[in-house]
Amino acid sequence: MLEIKNLQVKLEEEDKAILKGVDLSIEAGSVHAIMGPNGSGKSTLSYVLSGRDGYTVTGGSATLDGEDLLEMEPEERAAAGLFLAFQYPVEIPGVGNMTFLRTALNAQRKARGEPEISAGDFLKLVREKAKALQIDAEMLKRPVNVGFSGGEKKRNEILQMAMLEPRMCVLDETDSGLDVDAMRLVADGVNALRGAGRSFLVITHYQRLLDHIKPDIVHIMADGRIIKSGGPELALEVERNGYADLLAEVV
Amino acid sequence: MAVPHKSDATRNKATQDRLGAIDLPEGGFSGAARVSAMKRLAEMGMPVRRDEYWRYTDPADLVRAEAPEAVVFHGTDPQLFGQVDRVTLVFTDGAFDPDASDDPSLAGVEISRLAVADKADIHWARDLYGVLETRGQTPINRPLAALNTAVATDGVLIRVTGRAARPVHLIYNHQSPTSDVMLHHCIKVEPGAELTLLETGPAAARLNMVTEVDVLEGGRFHHVRAQGRDHSRRAVTHIFARVAKAAQFKSFTLTVNGVLTRNEAVIEIIGDDAVAHIAGAALGDGVDGVFHHDDTVFITHDAVGCESRQVFKKVLKNGATGVFQGKILVKKDAQKTDGYQISQALLLDDDSQFLAKPELEIYADDVKCSHGSTTGAIDETALFYLRSRGIEREDATALLVLSFLADAIEEIDDEALAADVVARLEAWLARRKG
Repeated sequence: MLEIKNLQVKLEEEDKAILKGVDLSIEAGSVHAIMGPNGSGKSTLSYVLSGRDGYTVTGGSATLDGEDLLEMEPEERAAAGLFLAFQYPVEIPGVGNMTFLRTALNAQRKARGEPEISAGDFLKLVREKAKALQIDAEMLKRPVNVGFSGGEKKRNEILQMAMLEPRMCVLDETDSGLDVDAMRLVADGVNALRGAGRSFLVITHYQRLLDHIKPDIVHIMADGRIIKSGGPELALEVERNGYADLLAEVV
Repeated sequence: MAVPHKSDATRNKATQDRLGAIDLPEGGFSGAARVSAMKRLAEMGMPVRRDEYWRYTDPADLVRAEAPEAVVFHGTDPQLFGQVDRVTLVFTDGAFDPDASDDPSLAGVEISRLAVADKADIHWARDLYGVLETRGQTPINRPLAALNTAVATDGVLIRVTGRAARPVHLIYNHQSPTSDVMLHHCIKVEPGAELTLLETGPAAARLNMVTEVDVLEGGRFHHVRAQGRDHSRRAVTHIFARVAKAAQFKSFTLTVNGVLTRNEAVIEIIGDDAVAHIAGAALGDGVDGVFHHDDTVFITHDAVGCESRQVFKKVLKNGATGVFQGKILVKKDAQKTDGYQISQALLLDDDSQFLAKPELEIYADDVKCSHGSTTGAIDETALFYLRSRGIEREDATALLVLSFLADAIEEIDDEALAADVVARLEAWLARRKG
């Protein structure tokens, strides 16, 4: 589904390489995790995949079902089925969460040539999805992420994911700032979306999220490259020994 | 009292030309006020660009004897607030249109027209017409308001004696490309009474409007206006408000389009525990020609424990100009004053500009006053967030514009009226994508 080949990226503003040749292949229906120390390029990878400004791709490719992601506008990537759950979801005062969700859903439908969802169907859908994430009507009415706690913001990200039904979900440190209960809620939300057609790339510092969202494959990223890949046991190894051993191994 | 400006050739000529073209109405109850206004006007002289108060806005087109032409705009928008149960009074190019207007009888409210009432010497409005305008001439001259008091021949006189059963809606149509209109309204909200006043429409090629609002003890006045879509119209408006003990004055103005708009508000808080809020949202696109929008506000606190808020937001693109001059004056005995002022501009490109002059002048020692002014572009992080959810750049920008304006729109207490204003904003944004 997602094919990343020798992806090289530098910051637009300064001549600093961040990704130095990332190779990653995620097949449909699988869950991959990327772990790595601070500054290894994990978040950059998520931003480059979703089309954030400020980065220049200097080499390599990234395709989603064969389509060149890097050529698309962010909204086109979303319509093609890519979703990024933000590490720091953005507050948008004055725009109601419902308005935001409906606008996004209809924009994607329009891009795919589908008719807009009716107000009634939308309401039914959003209530159903919100309930599973314990997001109440009050939270839906409030402006996007404004006054939300860290946990509420992350649940709101998962709600968006559930509503938009992307095929390729990238979760950028979704566990950061979550207590145990909130993490379980978020993980349950993600797990409910796991299915044959849908793939996940879970970026995290810690193994604990992976207790809840069980990955098929774990990658270790360091200095802009994936230096090791393996099964879930790799995450446990990191938890026990830190990154130092792995980094030493590669050098 | 008005301070005579230093005499100079430009002002003298402008004043001579303008006063020479005036045919002073004799007036009935307003007669004395008109004569007095003319006298003040002759002393002050007309404003010129060099005046500190007109530094950012050239008054020439508002001053000159002949109104510049303005193309009549034929929109297909539904009437703003059309779904609200209200009493409408319609003016077309300043002339009252009785056929298009509702029967003005309304429980809790006495409505008359200046043109009719001014045939008699006695009217309740005699104690208001030109009175608040005159008070508002200190410490700053407002010659265009004095001109209006002298010359205006029509307007609405509203005395609110109870809780108005419905809002009063003044609709200002513009049909003549050369209409030069002066309207003068007087509104007296008696103790404990309450009125919502709605105003919509461009009114004229050039409009000079004065509204005097006297809110007596415990009275409440809500005001929502939208100034019409005609691109080449010009307008100068003044609201002079006096707010008594425990009374409330709340005013919101939406401005989209217009070559030149100067909205002045002069609010005097004279009774303890009173509240005065004034807000505005302006959207200007210079693509159809000049867009210049100026909000000039002067709030005086002269009582204890009062609250004032000024919330002004402007969205500017394609060379549009926004101006904000806002002042809070807290007099010596106005302790426990809570004064707040924010003016912000969102520039959608590098060609537009926002000029702001916030001022605080405080003589009391136990007050809470704050002011802020910002100019900024669209937040790229927020834009990316919206786009990453599939929303196209232009639609995402529109959402962020609405987000930016939200604080100003929240100043409208009535949810249905606010929703109508938002719908109008959304339509404007949809027309002007890109």
